[in-house]
Amino acid sequence: MALLEVENLRVEFPTRRGTLLAIDDVSFQIEEGEVLGVVGESGAGKSLTGASIIGLLEPPGRIAAGQIRLEGERIDNLPYDELRRIRGKKIGAIFQDPLTSLNPLYTIGRQLVETIRVHTDDTEAQARDRTVQLLTEVGIPAAERRLGSYPHEFSGGMRQRVVIALALCANPKLIVADEPTTALDVSIQAQIIALLKKLCRDHKTAIMLITHDMGVIAETADRVAVMYAGRIAEIGPVKQVVKHPKHPYTIGLMGAIPIVGRDIERLTQIEGSMPRLTNIPDGCSFNPRCPKVFDRCYVERPDLVPTGETTAACWLHAKEKTGV
Amino acid sequence: MAVMVVVAFVAFLMFNFVGDPVDNMVGQEASYADREAMRDRLGLNDPFLVQFTRFAGNAVQGEFGISYRLQRPVADLISERMPATLELVMASAILAILIGIPLGVYTGIRRDALSSRLVLMFSLVGVSLPTFVIGILLIYVFAVILGVLPSFGRGEAVQLGWWSTGFLTVSGWKAIILPSITLALFQMTLILRLVRSEMLEVMRTDYIKFARARGLSDRTINFGHAFKNTLVPVITIIGLNVGSLIAFSIITETVFQWPGMGFLFIQAVGFADVPVMAAYLVLVALVFVGINLLVDILYFVVDPRLRVDRSVAMGGDE
Amino acid sequence: MLDEKTAAKAPSGFVHRFMDSDLVYSFLRSPVVVISFIITALYFLSAAFAPWIAPHNPFDPASLDLMEAFTPPAWTADGSMKFILGTDDQGRDILSTLIFGSRISLIVGFSAVLFSVVLGVGLGLLAGYAGGWAETIVMRFADVQLTIPAILVALMIDGIARIIVPVELRDEMSIYVLILAIGVSDWPRYARVTRGATLVERNKEYVSAARVIGVHPIKIMFQHVLPNVMGPVLVMGTIGLALAIITEATLSFLGVGVPPTQPSLGTLIRVGNNFLFSGEWWITLFPSLALVILVLAVNLLGDWLRDALNPRLR
Repeated sequence: MALLEVENLRVEFPTRRGTLLAIDDVSFQIEEGEVLGVVGESGAGKSLTGASIIGLLEPPGRIAAGQIRLEGERIDNLPYDELRRIRGKKIGAIFQDPLTSLNPLYTIGRQLVETIRVHTDDTEAQARDRTVQLLTEVGIPAAERRLGSYPHEFSGGMRQRVVIALALCANPKLIVADEPTTALDVSIQAQIIALLKKLCRDHKTAIMLITHDMGVIAETADRVAVMYAGRIAEIGPVKQVVKHPKHPYTIGLMGAIPIVGRDIERLTQIEGSMPRLTNIPDGCSFNPRCPKVFDRCYVERPDLVPTGETTAACWLHAKEKTGV
Repeated sequence: MAVMVVVAFVAFLMFNFVGDPVDNMVGQEASYADREAMRDRLGLNDPFLVQFTRFAGNAVQGEFGISYRLQRPVADLISERMPATLELVMASAILAILIGIPLGVYTGIRRDALSSRLVLMFSLVGVSLPTFVIGILLIYVFAVILGVLPSFGRGEAVQLGWWSTGFLTVSGWKAIILPSITLALFQMTLILRLVRSEMLEVMRTDYIKFARARGLSDRTINFGHAFKNTLVPVITIIGLNVGSLIAFSIITETVFQWPGMGFLFIQAVGFADVPVMAAYLVLVALVFVGINLLVDILYFVVDPRLRVDRSVAMGGDE
Repeated sequence: MLDEKTAAKAPSGFVHRFMDSDLVYSFLRSPVVVISFIITALYFLSAAFAPWIAPHNPFDPASLDLMEAFTPPAWTADGSMKFILGTDDQGRDILSTLIFGSRISLIVGFSAVLFSVVLGVGLGLLAGYAGGWAETIVMRFADVQLTIPAILVALMIDGIARIIVPVELRDEMSIYVLILAIGVSDWPRYARVTRGATLVERNKEYVSAARVIGVHPIKIMFQHVLPNVMGPVLVMGTIGLALAIITEATLSFLGVGVPPTQPSLGTLIRVGNNFLFSGEWWITLFPSLALVILVLAVNLLGDWLRDALNPRLR
C-alpha cells in the first residue's frame, strides 16, 4: 500500500457559463519517503492537485469525483475538523512565497511553538526546545537567539527555511511543496532544494514537489508526473522520463532544458500555448500543438498506458492495444 | 503639526478678514477716529505676521476673545461646554467600537451566512440614515410614544472641579442613552464594514492559507492571526471616527439640545459669531492632532515592522 | 476555423456585448439592486418633472388655505383624499413638498458631486502627472483636509460664506453656497485615487512611448490615464452622491442650508421636527422616510457597483 493514493481525481469550478473541469481523472501514488515531482505549465492543474490533497481547495472549486487516500484511509471526504488535524500533522505544506507565508505580526518562535502545540502534547518549554532544534536543523544560525525575531528581520532564503521548519514541526509523512523555490534567488534555490531533500531523507518524509522547473525535478525527484491541461500526460521514474520521454509534450519540455556541455544552437520550444479550460479541444488536449499528431488524436482521448518503463497518455504508444 | 498650523491660519483669516471685527464691536455710529483708535488698540494695524503670531500666541494660552453673541469670553464658554461633548463622544465611541468590531469580524468570517447578510443589510441602512433622522426617530419612539427616556438636555450634572459630569446621576445616564446611540450608529456601521472588508482581505493572504496548512484551529486563525492583521487599518479608521464623532456631535447636540460645544458652535455659525467659530475650529484641530499621535503610537505597538530600531536584518544566506 | 465558428455564433454589436457583460449579469441577478435602481430612477424622474407630477403647487401662496393646515394623512380618521400624506403647518400638501424637496436635494447633491469630481480628478491628474511642487501642495492639502470630517469643512465654508454674502442675497445664494461647500468638502478622496492611478499609468511603457513621440501631455492624460480612473471614480461618485445628499440634508436641518422658501428634504424635516411633540408626526416622518429611501437606494447601487467592478473581494 502506497502512502498516498490519488484515484480518478476530478476537480470542478462551477461558473456562470458552465462548469470548468480543472483536473480531469488524475491518478497517481506516492510511496513512503519518495519524492514525486509534478511539472507542467501554469494552469495545468498541478497546484490544484496539491491543494486537493491538503484539503485547501478554494471555493468555488470542489472535488467532484475520485478518492484521495492517505495510508489507506480516505481523506477527501473528511469533515473539516478531522481534516484539520491531518494538516500539519500528517501532511505538511510549503508554498511558493516565503515572504508572505509567515504572519508578519508574530515572532517565528511563537509561530513554531503554536504549530507544535496544536499537534503534540508538548508543554511550552518542550515545544521551545523542539523549535530550537528544528531551526538549527534547517540551517538557521544561532537559532536560540532568533526565536524572538519577526519574519521581516529575515532574508527570503532564511524565511523559506523557517517555513520548512514549520512544515516539519509534527514530523509529517508527506510534504506538499508548491513551487518552494520559485520566488527565491537562483543561488539560494539550490540550497533550499538540497536542504529539503536531505531533511526528507533523514525524516523519511515523502514529498510532492510541484514546480514548472524541469531542472529542479531532474535533480531531486525519484519519479515525475507531467501534467497538461488538467490531466497527467506522462508519469514514470525521473531518469526514464528525462532521458527517454515518450509523450510528445514531455519531449518538448525536455528540449527546453538547458544542459551544460550539450552543444546545440538553441533550445527548442513548444509552439503555441496550453488551451484555456473553457476551450479544451476534443480528443487529446495536446493535439493543436503536437508535432506528431494524427487522425485518432482529434477524435479519442488517450488514457495512460505503460510504455517501457514509463506510462504515457498518447496514441503513438497505444497502437498495440487497439481495442476500439 | 502641519494640520495645526493650517487650521490656526484659517481660523486667523476668518477672524481678521471675514467681516471687520471693529464693526462688530463698536457699532455703526462710531466715528472714523474712534475706529482707528480701536484698530490700533486691537493691533489690527500691525503687520500681517505680527498679527498672526499674536493670534497663535493667544490661542496657545486659550485666549480667543469675546463672543459677539453672548458677550462673554470664548474660553469660558468653551470650557463650560466641553465636558458635555466629551462625555457624549466617549460614550458613543465605546458603543461604536464594542458593537462594530465584533460584528465586523463575524461577518468577515462567516461571509455567506444568512445572519451575516442580515447584519450587512442592516449596516447599509445604518450608513444611509442621517444622524439627525436617527435622533428624530429615537425621540419619537422613546420620548414621544413610550415616554421612557428624556428627549433633551443631559439630566442632572455633578460638578467635579471644573469638569461637570452626567455619569453620577440616574437622570444623567438616562439622558445620554438616546444621544449616544444616535451618534454611535453611523460610526458603528462604518467600523463594521471596514473590519469586515479588512477581514476578507486578510483571509485571502498566503499566511492565513499557510496557517490552515499548518493545521491551526479556526479560532486561532480567525482571532489570533487574521484579526490582529486587520488592526492597523482598523485603528486608523477608529482614530478618524473619533474625529468624526466630534464633528457629528454638532448634529446630535442640536437634535437633543445637548449643552455641549457643538450646539454652541452651530449657534455661532447662525449668528456669524466668529470668535466662537475660530476657537471651536482650533480646539477640534487640536483634538484631531492628539488622536493622530495616539494612532501612530498604537501602530508602533501592533506592527513590529514599524519598530525600526530592531529591524537590523541579521543573517544573510550563508 | 474555431474562431470563425464562435464569431458566427455570437451576434455582434455593442448592445449585445453590454448585455452579456458581467456587470449586467450581476445586476439582473440581484433583485435588491434592480429595485434600488428603479427607486433611484423614480426619484430622478419625479425631480425632473416635479411641476407636472406634484398634485399641488406648495409654493403658490394663493393655493394655500390655513384652514387646511395640519391635515393628517388620508388613511387616518381626520384625513382627506385631497392630501394623501396630509399637510403641514401652513396647509401645504406634504406629498407635493416632498416631490419638490427631493428635487432640491438631488440638484444640490448631484451638482456637489460633480463639483468634487471635477475638482478632485483635475487636481489628482495634475498632481500625479506633473509631480514636483504641484504634487506636494495638492496632496498635502488633501491630507490635511482628509483629517477633518467633511461635514465640518462644509459647515465652515457655509459659515464663512454666510458672513461674506450680504444679507439680502443669502436666500438666493444659499443653494450655490451649499453646492460649493459640499463639493469642496469631498474632493480629496477623488484626488487621491486619481493621483494613484495616474502614477501607475505614467510609468507604463505606452505612456512613455506616447511621450517620446511627442503626444501632448494633456492628450495623454485624457486618452490614457482618465479611462483608468473612471471605474473607481464612478463607484466613489455614487456613494458620494448618497453622502452629499445626507450632508445637504444635515446642513439644512441645522438651519444653515437652503431656506424654508425653497425647502429641501432636510429643511422639511427641520420644520416638521417642531411639531413632533404635539402629535403631528407626519410632517417630519414622511420627509425623513423619503430621504432615507433615496439614500439607501443610491448606497445599494454604489455598493453593488463596487463589488461588480472590483471582483477581487467577492
